[in-house]
Amino acid sequence: MENILKDFEQDQKELIHILHRVQEELGYVSPQAIASIAKHLKISENEIFSVLTFYKAFTLEPRGKHVVTVCMGTACHVRGAPRLVDDASRELEVGVGQTTPDKHFTLETVNCLGCCAIGPVVVVDGKYHSYVKRMDAIIKEYSEGR
Amino acid sequence: MERINHPEQLASWKSEILAGHLPSKKVIVISSGTCGQASGSLQIIDAVNQELKKKGLQDNVEVKVTGCHGFCQLEPNLIVYPEETFYKNLKPEDIPEIIEKSIIKNEIASSFVFEDLETKRKADKQSEIPFYKKQKRLLTENNLKIDPKDIKDYVALDGYQALAQALFNMTSEGVIAEVEKAGLRGRGGAGFPTGRKWEICRRVDSDVKYIICNADEGDPGAYMDRSLLEGNPHSVIEGMIIGAYAIGAQEGYIYVRMEYPLAVKHVSLALEQARMYGFLGESILGSEFAFDIHLIEGAGAFVSGEETSLMASIEGKRAFPRQRPPFPAQEGLWGKPTNINNVETWANVPLILRKGAEWYAKIGTRSSKGTKIFSLVGKINNTGLVEVPMGITLREIVYDIGGGIQGKKKFKAIQTGGPSGGCIPAEKLDLPIDYDTLAKAGSIMGSGGMIIMDEETCMVDVARYFLNFTQEESCGKCVPCRIGTKQLVEILNKIADGKGEDSDLIKLEDLSKTIKAGSLCGLGQTAPNPVLTTLRYFLKEYEAHIKMKTCPALVCKGLIAYTIDPEKCVGCLLCLKNCPVDAIAGERKKVHVIDHELCIKCGACLDVCPVKISAVSKVTGRKKASILKNASEKRVEK
Repeated sequence: MENILKDFEQDQKELIHILHRVQEELGYVSPQAIASIAKHLKISENEIFSVLTFYKAFTLEPRGKHVVTVCMGTACHVRGAPRLVDDASRELEVGVGQTTPDKHFTLETVNCLGCCAIGPVVVVDGKYHSYVKRMDAIIKEYSEGR
Repeated sequence: MERINHPEQLASWKSEILAGHLPSKKVIVISSGTCGQASGSLQIIDAVNQELKKKGLQDNVEVKVTGCHGFCQLEPNLIVYPEETFYKNLKPEDIPEIIEKSIIKNEIASSFVFEDLETKRKADKQSEIPFYKKQKRLLTENNLKIDPKDIKDYVALDGYQALAQALFNMTSEGVIAEVEKAGLRGRGGAGFPTGRKWEICRRVDSDVKYIICNADEGDPGAYMDRSLLEGNPHSVIEGMIIGAYAIGAQEGYIYVRMEYPLAVKHVSLALEQARMYGFLGESILGSEFAFDIHLIEGAGAFVSGEETSLMASIEGKRAFPRQRPPFPAQEGLWGKPTNINNVETWANVPLILRKGAEWYAKIGTRSSKGTKIFSLVGKINNTGLVEVPMGITLREIVYDIGGGIQGKKKFKAIQTGGPSGGCIPAEKLDLPIDYDTLAKAGSIMGSGGMIIMDEETCMVDVARYFLNFTQEESCGKCVPCRIGTKQLVEILNKIADGKGEDSDLIKLEDLSKTIKAGSLCGLGQTAPNPVLTTLRYFLKEYEAHIKMKTCPALVCKGLIAYTIDPEKCVGCLLCLKNCPVDAIAGERKKVHVIDHELCIKCGACLDVCPVKISAVSKVTGRKKASILKNASEKRVEK
């Protein structure tokens, strides 16, 4: 944590930047991380908790090895995104925002990635899949080693 | 190259860059915005580079990777200059043929050029494609010519000339007067006159002032800001520097939503280069003016697009909106006067200064000037970003540019303005679009999303979708929005489930009006618009759901059932194998039957049933009731 924090000023305006970095490096924001950030910025742990739970970017638990994100923008919605979420949820046996018990997959939704022309769009670990019709093929592609 | 310390140096730098371009040299331009990359443009770039190397052409042909060209559906694509030949929907294995014909033999590789679906007419230049013909691409055209990672491409196209003119030939009042005369209005949604907004902030007496570029483009279905930032980030940066000079600000922020990683990357690179050449920092272009811009990445909250929330987010707090007044121009970021405009607005500023307010004001309608970029998406043939002059009709956009509805289905409605906007019905297709006509129709310009809906889109479901969205994104600070949107969603769910009552329609309207009147910020004040406009234009559809227990578009799961026609079914086992919950019984060559108790209405059976057989269909209303009744009687018999 000290290594991360040394790059940031001791000012609340840095809080979201710090949380981004922590999320990126640890995969989540741990209680220890919250304590160190509070000390660095001289604000309460409560304040940090309130900010980090407000934004979707930050999680209090580690995500799975592969993050499957289904776009729920309007264009994807009218082209069948809700069914993709249902399918993925059934296939992985988890709800949206949850991680499979073996920590292999996390299922998430996003409210528009802005690639509406090629929807429905599903992103897995940053890779965009366009015109998605079925989830089982995509999930299978990332199931290796499961 | 060193810092540019005078407008003359900028001019000579431009000539130097232009001198390096041989007009006869072949250039391959590859579109590679987020849509392009998602469709495989990166593999195309690799294939082009490899093939050129293989043929020993790498020194004679320039490869330029640009942002999005707008016609997202034809991605991945490339253009060969100077002939301007446009090749679309490419695969890496197509590249050798294109290089052979278009580069080496100076011919056209005709199997990859655009062909009109209906007329079968081929168009080998981008400008000849109907999608582009009616557009007026003032802001987006340069996306074709600019490598966003290289500032020189922007400078070669008169980039930063407007800034030089503002700093050396104009007073700050003069700049504002010009923007005001041009009639530019905010492209973020509300359409407030930009010049007036700047003037208010300029007049506030304070030694510290800020400007912000709102790039938290959260409206689902809108992505023009992403395209501008990815494809031409310097145009936005130049606009901001000019704005800062006019207002007297020393620091600026670009707040980009985290869902746009490529935009974040390109903006951050552009800021670095602008700083290196002296367009940002101390003594800009050798003048006395100093200004710098910071890039802030959002963290995933729709409400941060609201100006006061966005400022709270920059300050490192929850993105909560606050009461106005005081307006940001009086007390904004850290309590200091702040001017906030959206990406597209900023990108218009250099254009106005370069071409003059009079020229700009000639484009558009009486009250709305210039062009507007719309994202044309949904059930339309040509999806993509379209830039059109204000005042064009919806019909021209949908049919002339958009090429009509997918699968020749019937046009039902167009949704504009995202979750804050509304649905406009087919009767209003001849409406000329500007800020005021859209508002009159009950919708808003918003950021410019245009989602086309056909007869298979259920308007109750659309209203439910948007309310679900706003309810989820409501920050929870004020009661009307927090509780009100939740109640709206519950009533809409009830209607979609077939449990609606007559009184629900009155409740929807009353509640909507209360939320609009009582909410703190724009999110809540506009959240009920999708409900109100669908009630206004599609009341019959609500009534069908409530009174007839029918979903005419066959969308709402609670009101439909899937059924297999025993006359048509050939017993191919396809649906049976694809049913995720094993709700279909049957054997090879025997009619299959759906168990409605088990069926989750996912539609997999309908999708896999071969078109020539079409045994699976959706039913609603009375038909559904009788099918379910028959099925349960059979179960009792068993």
